[in-house]
Amino acid sequence: MQKEFIKGNEAVVKGAILAGCTHYFGYPITPASEIAHAAAFYLPPTGGIFIQAESEVAAINMVYGAAGAGARVMTASSGPGISLKAEGFSYLAGAELPCVIVDVMRAGPGLGNIYPEQGDYNQIVKGAGHGNYKNIVLAPNSVQEMADHGYMAFELAEKYRNPLVILTDAYIGQMMEPVQFPKEVKKVKHFDWAIYADKASRHNLITSIVMSADELEKHNIKLNKKYAEMEKNDTRFEGYKLDDADVVFVAYGVSSRIVMSAVDILREKNIKAGLLRPITLFPFPKKACMDVAGYAKRMIAVELSNGQMVDDVRLAVKGKKEIEFYGRMGGMTPSVEEIVSIVE
Amino acid sequence: MSNILEKPKSFYTDFTRKGSADVITTHYCPGCGHGILHKMIAEAISELGIQDRTVFISPVGCSVFAYYYFDTGNVQVAHGRAPAAGTGVKRALPNSIVISYQGDGDLAAIGTAEIIHSANRGEAMTMFFVNNAIYGMTGGQMAPTSIIGQKTTTSPYGRKAENEGYPIKVSELISQLDAPVYVERVSLADVASRNKARTVVRKAIQNQIDGKGFSFVEVLAACPSGLKKTPLETNEWVKNTLHTIFPLGCYKDETATRTPRFAPAINPTSDQVLTALNLKDDHSDYKASVDKKNFIDQNVKIAGFGGQGVLSAGTTLSVLAMYENLEVSWIPSYGPEMRGGTSNCNVRLSNKRIGSPLVENPNILIAMNGPSLEKFESAVRPGGTIIVNSSIIDAKVSRKDVKTYYVPVTGIATEMGVPAAQGVAALAAYLAATNVIPVEKLEHVVHKSLKRKELADKNIAIIRKVAEYITKGMEDNKKCLTGF
Repeated sequence: MQKEFIKGNEAVVKGAILAGCTHYFGYPITPASEIAHAAAFYLPPTGGIFIQAESEVAAINMVYGAAGAGARVMTASSGPGISLKAEGFSYLAGAELPCVIVDVMRAGPGLGNIYPEQGDYNQIVKGAGHGNYKNIVLAPNSVQEMADHGYMAFELAEKYRNPLVILTDAYIGQMMEPVQFPKEVKKVKHFDWAIYADKASRHNLITSIVMSADELEKHNIKLNKKYAEMEKNDTRFEGYKLDDADVVFVAYGVSSRIVMSAVDILREKNIKAGLLRPITLFPFPKKACMDVAGYAKRMIAVELSNGQMVDDVRLAVKGKKEIEFYGRMGGMTPSVEEIVSIVE
Repeated sequence: MSNILEKPKSFYTDFTRKGSADVITTHYCPGCGHGILHKMIAEAISELGIQDRTVFISPVGCSVFAYYYFDTGNVQVAHGRAPAAGTGVKRALPNSIVISYQGDGDLAAIGTAEIIHSANRGEAMTMFFVNNAIYGMTGGQMAPTSIIGQKTTTSPYGRKAENEGYPIKVSELISQLDAPVYVERVSLADVASRNKARTVVRKAIQNQIDGKGFSFVEVLAACPSGLKKTPLETNEWVKNTLHTIFPLGCYKDETATRTPRFAPAINPTSDQVLTALNLKDDHSDYKASVDKKNFIDQNVKIAGFGGQGVLSAGTTLSVLAMYENLEVSWIPSYGPEMRGGTSNCNVRLSNKRIGSPLVENPNILIAMNGPSLEKFESAVRPGGTIIVNSSIIDAKVSRKDVKTYYVPVTGIATEMGVPAAQGVAALAAYLAATNVIPVEKLEHVVHKSLKRKELADKNIAIIRKVAEYITKGMEDNKKCLTGF
């Protein structure tokens, strides 16, 4: 067994490069900058490309170009930079271009501060840019998962020809844990829709403009079918001591780590607590929420936000269970005892 | 040169992408410059034999639909972003011929940053900038290149320098940068100008084929609909007005002296990737010694001031624990905790999956300076252990429900000539005092992480000295141990 002790922000890059990522376009921002540092360090020796773009806007549009050319390409940022990239998200989704974007959430609104928060949930899960579209959203809660998600993200994005966001937070990005990396480098696929600057692909067109209302409605319906397929086939979650739980927390990212410790303490006190951890935020594990609502006495969403994911839990259980909410903001984090005390 | 009355081969025979019954004519208005420039570009693509390699980047504005006409690879992009998207294409496909095409609002207003920086990077692309001094598609609004006094739908009283500034001279700006190889401004207003323009278009594309870098062509063109003039009147206006404000000519040409540069295709091998990622670190030579089953969770806080190696002491401990096959998490000081003269890190070691990586109530506190002891002493769990850096901290731990070891780690490290090793010295104290992991195992990590043998040897000497200090202290009837 060979593990590497590594930061979350670096692990996601190594995972992505192992998955065949050859291009990174980005702009520095705390607490996501180590992702750019790692890409700048590791990509050129592989023959890949790193460019520090002039802006977040330029970076996401470079991603658009490279994705259109069939490359495995990624970028990363944090709240304020993600807001700037939002236009590009919408174009990528409209033009059906697979790519990977990492959002290492900091606290907002505005410039806020650089401490961890989960206040970008609505921005990322509900879209960020204009129009009817969805990002596929992965929510790692460990450094190992940062690596794993970086490794699996491209194939998932390509399966649906859709942008994918790894939504993480300043804790998961900055912390270090041992990681087991895969030893197999993934092969980049050849797509029949991409531009390769050759005769076979010459007729291909990458665009998000559809001038006829009728055609654009059809395009939207097609996109929505994709989103439905994602919900059917690619929803992921983890249950922790969930099966017999009376009190079920719903939490993702670093919140789920804190809750996990609280669950252990509650169990020691003979309170049957459990955790439902969404790993995909879109598609959201609706069925798992509904199942839990069928047997749990209490369901409590815990987030570092003013209550964003909790809305998806409420929609998922369709009023079957009252969903409680506990949140901290501004870079403040609940202690394990604080979570325990909600239940006691 | 081919017959100019012939439709270039790089245009589609029928413009079916228009989605209308008319597949013969373009969607451009009579007298518009786009049709003329499109044809010049298409002719050049055909004659230079690069149709299959060409990727045309369509902007926002009337030429958003350039892909109706060009039988090449086509990428349609957001407003202002053609040079950025073009960069992405070119960097992914170094063998492609990327033609980026933008109007004046697109390039010189909303996309100023992208054009300047793609030029400054010297992206190996050919850029066409259609300057007709007006926004066409959105309805005749003021452009960054509109002239002083020009009446538009958003400058109904005429453009005023004091309110909107002056028409921006992009060729002049771009030509000031080091990277671009070729910058020229041409016009489509009369036959002579068009003949010149045709040559310039060709040269700008040829440069890319030849690996010469970034070429920029500004084209003064007519927009009769936007300018609310007849085609002939518009051409006259372009000649009489725009030509005087935007002088035609070559602003930069280093074509002859540039060394060609061709980026290699991007196709990393597995070996290249694995080597670059340095995934070959093998610690199979390490023999784990901890009884994992009976391991007691260690929630460690290491705190001190900057320069005491607090964070790296944490990572060293973590790596050691990883070699011992334990679960580990490390996180630097966070949030409001960062204030108050101490930097710190939290390390958790366990035989089970670790929940919260944060250490609110450590069972091990390594206090490297006074403020750290003051701040965290009360947080330590009853029965926990505090390592006090007695070289720096005069205060004594007041709690009676914890074990305290006073160890002059800064002093020992400094005496041995490596003050930077005080963090490692503190770790040695912790391991020697608790035997959570045998302290000599720390030597293995030090050997691995310090490439300079001399430095590694000194660190190891420090570890041994600290370990001896602890052991002897215990024997000498608790010289350094208090509490309990």
